[in-house]
Amino acid sequence: MVVPEIRVQAEPFDLAAEVARISVGRQDIGAVVTFTGLCRSENGALAALELEHYPGMAEDELRRVADDAIRRWPLDGVIVIHRYGKLRPGDSIVLVVTASAHRQAAFESANYLMDYLKTRAPFWKKEHASDGSSGDWVAAKQADEQAADRW
Amino acid sequence: MKVLYFAWLRERIGKAEEEVVFPASISTARDAMQHLATQGEEYAYAFENPQIIRIALDRRHVPPETPIGAAREIAFFPPMTGG
Repeated sequence: MVVPEIRVQAEPFDLAAEVARISVGRQDIGAVVTFTGLCRSENGALAALELEHYPGMAEDELRRVADDAIRRWPLDGVIVIHRYGKLRPGDSIVLVVTASAHRQAAFESANYLMDYLKTRAPFWKKEHASDGSSGDWVAAKQADEQAADRW
Repeated sequence: MKVLYFAWLRERIGKAEEEVVFPASISTARDAMQHLATQGEEYAYAFENPQIIRIALDRRHVPPETPIGAAREIAFFPPMTGG
């Protein structure tokens, strides 16, 4: 059984290093899919996003979602990294890496992981506006719930 | 029992966590939320829309009707917006 690698951290991550970590020295992996989520500026309106999380539960819940993916697809490796703290437009927020013998499992499971972590992992985003005002908490989108329900 | 609040619940209540001794009549996570909502106007404000609030018992998502049982930690938070 594949054990997913889960990290919740303030620091940025290195995409190439994570892909190497999952695939170097392996001859059975035919596909590695990565998804990187970034902080948008919302056309200049947003100065930063502040990400709050529930320490302990955030890691546990990401691991549960990753374990679900490992049960559903024939995966050879899963890495999920989610950042917290103050992030600026252009900064990375989340990384999902999936590895499998064939591309379909890698693509589909990466998509599944993102849909589910958005609705299950305890993270919350607060917007800080470019005009200096401390903005609102981002509201959860109905579309995210629907995206998770399709699985 | 350790009670945690996150995001705008934490801001409205003015603290991230506290130790609460619930009355013996409190049996479910929903009961605990309703009890907390009576603890002052900041709590009433935080819990004014209880149907949207998510609950975790010992760091697992639970529906509001879940018995608290022997759980050591209960957390209240808005719908999640990570990713």
